[in-house]
Amino acid sequence: MADSGLYVHVPFCASKCPYCAFASCTRSGHLAPAWRDAVLAEADRRAGRFGTFDTLYLGGGTPGLLADDLLAGLVTGLRRALPFAADVESTIEANPADVTPARAIAWRAMGLNRVSLGVQSFDDDDLRFLGRRHDASQAAAALVALRDAGFANVGVDLIYGLPGQALATWRDTLDRALSFGPAHLSCYGLTVEPRTPLARSVHAGRIVMPDESRFEAFFLETSRRLAASGFVHYEVSNFAHGLLFASRHNGKYWHHVPYLGLGPSAHSFDGARRWWNVRGVEPWLRRLGQGRLPTAATERPTAEQRRLETLALGFRTSSGVVLSILRATPGWQAILDAQVADGRLEVADGRAVPTVRGLLVADALARAFA
Amino acid sequence: MAERRNFSIIAHIDHGKSTLADRLIQHSGIIADRNFRDQILDGLDLERERGITIKSQSINLPYTSKDGREFELNLIDTPGHVDFTYEVSRALASCEGVLLLVDATQGVQAQTLANLYLAMEHDLEIIPVINKIDLPSADIDMARMQIERDLGLDGANALLVSGKQGTGVEELLEAIVERIPPPTGEVGDPLQALIFDAHYDAFRGAVAAVRLFSGEIKAGDLMRPMAIGKAYKVEEVGVFRIVREPRPILRAGDVGYIIAGIKSVADTRVGDTITMDNNPAPIALHGFRESKPVVFSSLYPVASDDYESLADSLERYKLNDASLVYTKDSSAALGQGFRCGFLGLLHLEIVQERLEREFDQSLILTAPSVIYKFTMEDGRALDVDNPAHYPDPAAIRGGEEPYIRASILTPDRYMGAIMKLCLERRGVNSEIAYPSPGRMDIKFDLPLAEVIFDFYDRLKSITQGYGSFDYEMLDYRKGDLVKLDILVNGEKVDALSMIVHKDRARARALNACERLKEEIPRQQYKVAIQGAIGGTIIARETITAFRKDVTAKCYGGDISRKRKLLEKQKAGKKRMKMVGDIEIPQSAFIAVLKTSDDE
Repeated sequence: MADSGLYVHVPFCASKCPYCAFASCTRSGHLAPAWRDAVLAEADRRAGRFGTFDTLYLGGGTPGLLADDLLAGLVTGLRRALPFAADVESTIEANPADVTPARAIAWRAMGLNRVSLGVQSFDDDDLRFLGRRHDASQAAAALVALRDAGFANVGVDLIYGLPGQALATWRDTLDRALSFGPAHLSCYGLTVEPRTPLARSVHAGRIVMPDESRFEAFFLETSRRLAASGFVHYEVSNFAHGLLFASRHNGKYWHHVPYLGLGPSAHSFDGARRWWNVRGVEPWLRRLGQGRLPTAATERPTAEQRRLETLALGFRTSSGVVLSILRATPGWQAILDAQVADGRLEVADGRAVPTVRGLLVADALARAFA
Repeated sequence: MAERRNFSIIAHIDHGKSTLADRLIQHSGIIADRNFRDQILDGLDLERERGITIKSQSINLPYTSKDGREFELNLIDTPGHVDFTYEVSRALASCEGVLLLVDATQGVQAQTLANLYLAMEHDLEIIPVINKIDLPSADIDMARMQIERDLGLDGANALLVSGKQGTGVEELLEAIVERIPPPTGEVGDPLQALIFDAHYDAFRGAVAAVRLFSGEIKAGDLMRPMAIGKAYKVEEVGVFRIVREPRPILRAGDVGYIIAGIKSVADTRVGDTITMDNNPAPIALHGFRESKPVVFSSLYPVASDDYESLADSLERYKLNDASLVYTKDSSAALGQGFRCGFLGLLHLEIVQERLEREFDQSLILTAPSVIYKFTMEDGRALDVDNPAHYPDPAAIRGGEEPYIRASILTPDRYMGAIMKLCLERRGVNSEIAYPSPGRMDIKFDLPLAEVIFDFYDRLKSITQGYGSFDYEMLDYRKGDLVKLDILVNGEKVDALSMIVHKDRARARALNACERLKEEIPRQQYKVAIQGAIGGTIIARETITAFRKDVTAKCYGGDISRKRKLLEKQKAGKKRMKMVGDIEIPQSAFIAVLKTSDDE
């Protein structure tokens, strides 16, 4: 069996972005030491059934905010508590504003070998709209610092489809990102998540989101441009400069490989059961402090539920879905033929694999075979 | 022996009839308080939920008057809806008096008037009762005045009660025994028992609720419902005291039940007279009428495999509802189903809801239709209640459709909106009366077909619930009747076809197209929805293709949520019907039967 993934949720941010729905808080930095100790405590209690880990992913929140010594203590503590493979992929998510040459070197020294940098855009107007703490020049400086520190595997996160954004502006952002030679790009269409300030603005009519046909244009242009630069479009929003640089950690989520999530709101899957932790930092700390597991809920997907998950996840990736999974659907062959004829799926090596246009309607493909 | 008083309560929906009945039942002490639940007479879940009575029942209440006399009061409950006017009339025929309930906050409504006229036809003693006097908005003087002006009754004589709080119930019971005359009828004459209600008991068969006008009946007798002509041996007689309470004998003047091993309520028709097989009454009590369906719709199972199960459910349902008629039907879009006839639109909704709830059926209904009459060029006459049987238009000489006389009672501020609605629905011969200041009685001749298409809901909505509606059937009138077809992606969906008046065809077609556009999920390609008469397209909407159907992010925390959504969508697919390549959800078939709220 493949090695497991380890995710650590860092629930701290310096500021909240108006579009973000992830669990984080801006006024609890003083809880960081307690949080670190509790993550290690949770690791001890949950480690048993996961075997060896070949990924460590520090996500959030803003992991790059953590002070070097605190972070070093966390990483060392995890290595002591859990078995890791020799070639572990260790990722930290960071905001360009927090990346200095010294800190980049410190991260390398801790054994982190991959950075996912939340650049989002190289256009300062875009960055202001997105409520980011950094500007384009800081993003460039951060990328240089990471390269100079010796990070060979840097991922750049970008967002497109902002209200009123011109395709040319987005092309410039993509080109600027490519000029730094990143190994990986995540390009997300801006999504209105419920209960965010962005959602309220859209609801109130203060902001008008681009329509689907504009979104489609951005999506196709992104895929085309990155393919021309040697990037594999291996997931709806993810591109790797050769599949070697595909996010090993995120692949666990998409292929039913076990992963352990530590920290508030983190999700886990041990191969049979899924569970997720309570969302708030303080309730999560309290539970562990009382010697209890901070689990909010557990589920054990049935075989049919696993099949539906495979459909929902598989059509989002360039590996697609094996035909044996599709055969459970009444009339599957006709459905498949229609999708192939319409250019959304291709059949190769016993798998139904989405085309770029197929990725754009991955949820509809899953529904068609549900 | 205790004296008898047989009475009924007539009231508009929501005027508190069931609550008042609850108080009378509680006062009688036949049921311990701890076992009491609200609206105890309304046996069906549906009735309790909607707060209306669908099936009438009776209850036998012991009462000792202030002067020490013993009584058995028979309260005969009546259905509170215009579709069931005939059932109401049979219930009233079983009484000597009625309590006419008027809501102190709302005053007299159309239904109250209609039922009052029924009570007057039966020459009943009428006791006006003003209810809900406990509410802050109660206007007792207004209610009294309306009772005098609108109803022509003595308002000063009205009793004041609060069914909710129990105020005035003692006085009401005294008034019942004082004012309502005792039943007459000779025990020695041949048996005449009027069936005013019947329901089906899985163990005992049909249970007929009866009022004896003459003679007597007991277990072992050989009785005969006169419209049926078959004899049955009586197994048990008794009275309803929430549960059945067997009695050795029922006599002239009594209200109770008869069980005689009858397999279906079809043999205990409401309005029929039960007599003795060996000593029959010379004639039946007058007024028996076969209930005739006026509204027709086809029922289809959402999943074609469920056809047998639907057939079985309809058969079992009909044991309890003789007024439902049905035959087999089939549709290219929906497969095998049943064409059903109903007493009215509410009856249709009741049947649908009970089949879905009690028999666990998932149904698709086609657009309700009335019976249209066509005269053909060759002189033949043709009755058509199903758009599938609409004749070749070239062979039609003329068509006719049924009209009703609608009576709408409303506060006068809604007059403009009501006039507009009725005129839109091809109303003619309007007549307006002002029964009391601020209130109007608006009368219209309306095609029944217009009334069964979302008329009640529209009326309720434009009058904010204050308008009340009643109708009687009038006659057939000439009309230019066409068949409107609905096409989805070029394919005719036969289950959506309807016969409509030519003047209304375009409005109906537009409405259907708009509603379908809202209900049919977007596809990966553009879908046209069209309304057509013959080969002519008269309305069109387009469902645009979706360009994007994917979420940007899907990581560890999103998987369960994504799967749950997919599970829900998968379940929804079972409730879809394929027409060509397009999946049409069940909700779409329902939506076309309604107008949009902003019409």
